[in-house]
Amino acid sequence: MRYLPLTDADRTAMLARIGAPSIDALFADVPAEVRLDGPIRGLPNHAGELAVERHMARLSARNLPAGEVPFFLGAGAYRHHVPASVDHLIQRGEFLTSYTPYQPEIAQGTLQVLFEFQTQVARLYGCEIANASMYDGSTACWEALCMARRITRRSKAVLSEGLHPHYVSTIETMAGFHGDRIVYNPPMLVPNTDAGTLISAIDEDTSCVVVQYPDILGRLPDLARIAEAAQAKGALLIAVVTEPVALGAIASPGELGADIVVGEGQSLGVGLQFGGPYLGLFATREKYVRQMPGRLCGETVDTEGRRGFVLTLSTREQHIRREKATSNICTNSALCALAFSVHMTLLGEKGLRALAAQNHRLACVAADRLKAIPGVRLLNESFFNEFTLLLDADARQAVRRLSERGVLAGVALGRLYPGRAELSGGLLVAVTETASEDDIETLARQLEEELA
Amino acid sequence: MNLNPSGWRPAAVAPSSVTAAGTLTGNRALQLEEKLIFEIGDGETCGVDFPEMEAAPESRLGVFARSAPIGLAGLSEPETVRHYTRLSRQNYAIDCGIFPLGSCTMKHNPRLNEKVARMPGFAEVHPLQPQETVQGALAVIHELAEWLIALTGMHGVAMTPKAGAHGELCGILCIRAALEARGDARKVILVPESAHGTNPATAAFAGYAVEGIPANAEGRVDLDALQARLGPDVAAVMITNPNTCGLFERDMKAISDAVHAAGAFVYCDGANFNAIVGRVRPGDLGVDAMHINLHKTFSTPHGGGGPGSGPVVLSEALAPYGPLPFVARMADGHYRLIEEETADEEHPASFGRMCAFHGQMGMFTRALAYILSHGADGLRQASGDAVLNANYLLHRLKDVLHAPFGETGPCMHEALFSDAGFADGISTLDVAKALIDEGFHPMTMYFPLVVHGAMLIEPTECESKATLDQFADALHSIARHAKLGDPALRQAPIHAPRTRLDEAQAARSPRLVWKEPA
Repeated sequence: MRYLPLTDADRTAMLARIGAPSIDALFADVPAEVRLDGPIRGLPNHAGELAVERHMARLSARNLPAGEVPFFLGAGAYRHHVPASVDHLIQRGEFLTSYTPYQPEIAQGTLQVLFEFQTQVARLYGCEIANASMYDGSTACWEALCMARRITRRSKAVLSEGLHPHYVSTIETMAGFHGDRIVYNPPMLVPNTDAGTLISAIDEDTSCVVVQYPDILGRLPDLARIAEAAQAKGALLIAVVTEPVALGAIASPGELGADIVVGEGQSLGVGLQFGGPYLGLFATREKYVRQMPGRLCGETVDTEGRRGFVLTLSTREQHIRREKATSNICTNSALCALAFSVHMTLLGEKGLRALAAQNHRLACVAADRLKAIPGVRLLNESFFNEFTLLLDADARQAVRRLSERGVLAGVALGRLYPGRAELSGGLLVAVTETASEDDIETLARQLEEELA
Repeated sequence: MNLNPSGWRPAAVAPSSVTAAGTLTGNRALQLEEKLIFEIGDGETCGVDFPEMEAAPESRLGVFARSAPIGLAGLSEPETVRHYTRLSRQNYAIDCGIFPLGSCTMKHNPRLNEKVARMPGFAEVHPLQPQETVQGALAVIHELAEWLIALTGMHGVAMTPKAGAHGELCGILCIRAALEARGDARKVILVPESAHGTNPATAAFAGYAVEGIPANAEGRVDLDALQARLGPDVAAVMITNPNTCGLFERDMKAISDAVHAAGAFVYCDGANFNAIVGRVRPGDLGVDAMHINLHKTFSTPHGGGGPGSGPVVLSEALAPYGPLPFVARMADGHYRLIEEETADEEHPASFGRMCAFHGQMGMFTRALAYILSHGADGLRQASGDAVLNANYLLHRLKDVLHAPFGETGPCMHEALFSDAGFADGISTLDVAKALIDEGFHPMTMYFPLVVHGAMLIEPTECESKATLDQFADALHSIARHAKLGDPALRQAPIHAPRTRLDEAQAARSPRLVWKEPA
């Protein structure tokens, strides 16, 4: 039991000091009839490092990792190359094994990182302020709806058809318990989003309009027009960005008029990790600061006048306001925020733009190659690094068969929208810098054969 | 003495201010001051090399192409490594020493867990890959779920909640769904005052009115008060056990029976489950739902405040209402995700989805590796050592610090003290800050609220007797100074990277992002 430093002699000496006959005696307050007397039956005893590593390696080997095959999945989780120094730095023990910075004098490392992270996120999103991260994009999106409800005192939310269906499900689940009214229709397979339909759903009861940018099919909605229409009715525009790298190439939602911008930060520094832990990003206007959920890091000074950082505005939070708190969120994703921030620092302005340009170029190359395949049409001519193909076949079957041929081809819309036959030919293809032109060619050839 | 009146900018510091302790740069040997990336980087510097780009096909961005600058600062790779390495050294961490935050539970982070989480089959798989290509990842989720069920004696487990508070929400939503299924619109959740602040916030967030239940003189839930309040409007009671006074709720079974008899459910905040693993199963105590903070009970790094992971174990009555998706094991040994597509047949009562994808996989691998390393025998020994360590500290300190419940039985994994006996003008905060100068992370301060000036110390099983003795000696000495009213305590810390920070100013005029100096 290598993680336990006490020796039997220590235990004996300590028990003597306490005046207790045994460790078991310290559990005297647990009623005898429910106390367990020995190790739980059916569970194995402790194992050495080698044995555990072997067991986990065997389980790991039963998966097909993205790095081993041509890989084109996106839909809210993207594969990007993470520089080696990111993982190295987040594994420094002083970052990795510290807790929430409740004692700021000895947590300036984490606090300064969070302050820098907030600044990076605010700038990326084109907003005035940002928080120190949330669990993930989907939960951040729900928190944004709650914030819009608090600000507008209205409870109807209009969701665009292009919002990630898992985000929609999350919102619908939570709204069901809050009594919020949600207006949402699944997407139609048309090349451009329809701002008109969305705008016509906004009325005097609407707290917010939620628009994903780029949207789930890879299309680019007209945020500025929607923002104007929403604000004219006293509603807020919540923009959702699931692929932050896109903002290296397209205008920021804040610039286009969004009131709250939320999204997933996983693309930068965090990695795929089968869906979690991820990183929720959250930014808004300064005037809404006291309505924003989650942790905030702020600048201040110490008694010697030196700049320093602290967690602040905690009067909004659960540990002070309890049932009146803006949210019940307690933890954040500080380590993922660190990874995001380090990756962002390595990229800088120039690097993020170069990365975005490279993604876009490869996606254009792939779209042009794939749409030339008989039985394949390209839905949207306008996109960043992800677009929708329309196959003359069931896309889920195609994806499954291509995985057997050693290509992870994309996300079939049928996986995201089960039961919607009209979407079953849709295939979402994401192309990042990790795909080589050879990978694209392999995908095209295999898809050609599959559809032939 | 103001050693560096102008803060971080060495150019403005006059050489005359250099003293034995002050320096031109503000650095102190290994302790280096570090500016913000926006002050040392710029828009042109980049720490990543990109291939020469071939001529791009025509852009498909249309009118959305970015024209405005983002305003990001970049650093080269060596500058980046230095920046973050220097910052890291201004952090106290469990790798540096004891981190006795009561109710937060900071444990040793075994590096095997980190290695395992980075295996490509776990780290580099996409949540929407065909399920045939992620059987090992699904097996991890299922195997961990089985352990959690066995250790808690419960019926099912929801793995998707992303942190403890998210798990609380999941549990309360299960309760709400179960009540709605029987057409019972109860509106009130009872929360003892010693509960974590997330408990009432969660109940309110799920649409309930929250009412408190007082603690009795022993620091436990007042059973009579609870029974008197139970009625047809009460949906659930949220209890923390072991509670935040560091005590086991002896009446837990009686509480559960009373709650169930009143048609309500028992939610247990499992944040302190690490104290009783292998000693008692919450299912045997009548608990209906309990979240397990994997990072507290089974160690995950929690670097600076997250990520966490908060699976929720559920009783037979609540399991049908758990969220989507979850992993099922088929008769042929294959694993399958139960998602919206088949939920109508296979999990029809589910309250729905509470986040995208399948939960905190990176935390599941770490928790499973930790559980397998400890095994059933080691987990039981760990809870025993955690309780032993806490009681040892209680006994080493209760002659100098007031222990409000020191005589009501053994404490569990955390020892609670109050500020009673400190001289006027000396606070719990001062004692905590003085510990910093001695090289220790302070305990939890001012929590739980039921005790004035609370100090909640949780050593965990990871600390050796030698460490406990050093910590106890330091705190013993500080406590004696606190009783004597030593004014030096109010100046602490003086050896940390920063002296006391002005939190009031930070809240009064919030500066949450860096701005170019005017």
